[in-house]
Amino acid sequence: MSRSFTFFPHPLLSALLVVLWLLLNNSIEPGQLILGGFFGIVVPLFTRRFWPQRLGVGRPLLVIKLAGRVVKDIVSANFSVALVVLGPTEAVKPGFVKVPLDVDSDFVTTLLATLVSLTPGTVSADIDMEKRVLLVHTLNSDDPEALIQEIKTRYEAPIKEIFLC
Amino acid sequence: MSMLIDLLIVFFLLLGSSFALIGSIGLVRLPDIFARLHGPTKATTLGVGSILLGSILYFSSRQGLSLQEILALLFLFMTAPVSAQLLSRAALHRRCDSIARLPEMDDGAEKKSGNS
Repeated sequence: MSRSFTFFPHPLLSALLVVLWLLLNNSIEPGQLILGGFFGIVVPLFTRRFWPQRLGVGRPLLVIKLAGRVVKDIVSANFSVALVVLGPTEAVKPGFVKVPLDVDSDFVTTLLATLVSLTPGTVSADIDMEKRVLLVHTLNSDDPEALIQEIKTRYEAPIKEIFLC
Repeated sequence: MSMLIDLLIVFFLLLGSSFALIGSIGLVRLPDIFARLHGPTKATTLGVGSILLGSILYFSSRQGLSLQEILALLFLFMTAPVSAQLLSRAALHRRCDSIARLPEMDDGAEKKSGNS
């Protein structure tokens, strides 16, 4: 608690809470905006201790690019999993792959693990926070090296750029 | 025009329900617990996503813009990978039967359970 007191310890969280509140009420009336703004200020203040690491977004535009890529990957992931499920199960060659991570923020690691789970053929099975290793289960273990490279360049690199770490 | 929107809604609903069905089939057909997790995490996200998209279209075309469904989608995307990871983690520690070679645990299960 050495950090000096501010009314906006987490500007991102505040903005997210306002948007969540407006979506929850399905309206953008001034009253709801004020109430949402109130929650956006009060909730981060009360939950400050749960968020010890401060997060800054360095490249907001990159978020949109990454989001588009993730949506595209989710759709293609669904089709590839559908093919695997409906095809012969003998063709499945599952395997575990250890992906070393360069990021050191808890939130960013969690985000990365989530993205890996949502995208083609991979589910993150375990995170070793001390060694910064993500254990990934894949349905197609022909080329683990290529998989590691893909995760690192496709998701980790943009996330690192976005959150400046 | 409303006919076109209705067709679009039907398309998304059908797409969503087929993917939900495929995800469930995957849960039954795939060989081991780790492979089975792939079904629910992927197929259901697009499945529920499409159904919710149909819902957004339906309510927006009838009673003004409605975006509440985005919230359901957001929370689903946040929780599905987390629950999948918890399940596979539990399976790893119990050394459940797996087609894939289980990774060696260099630090014992007791030690690992300390830092979660």
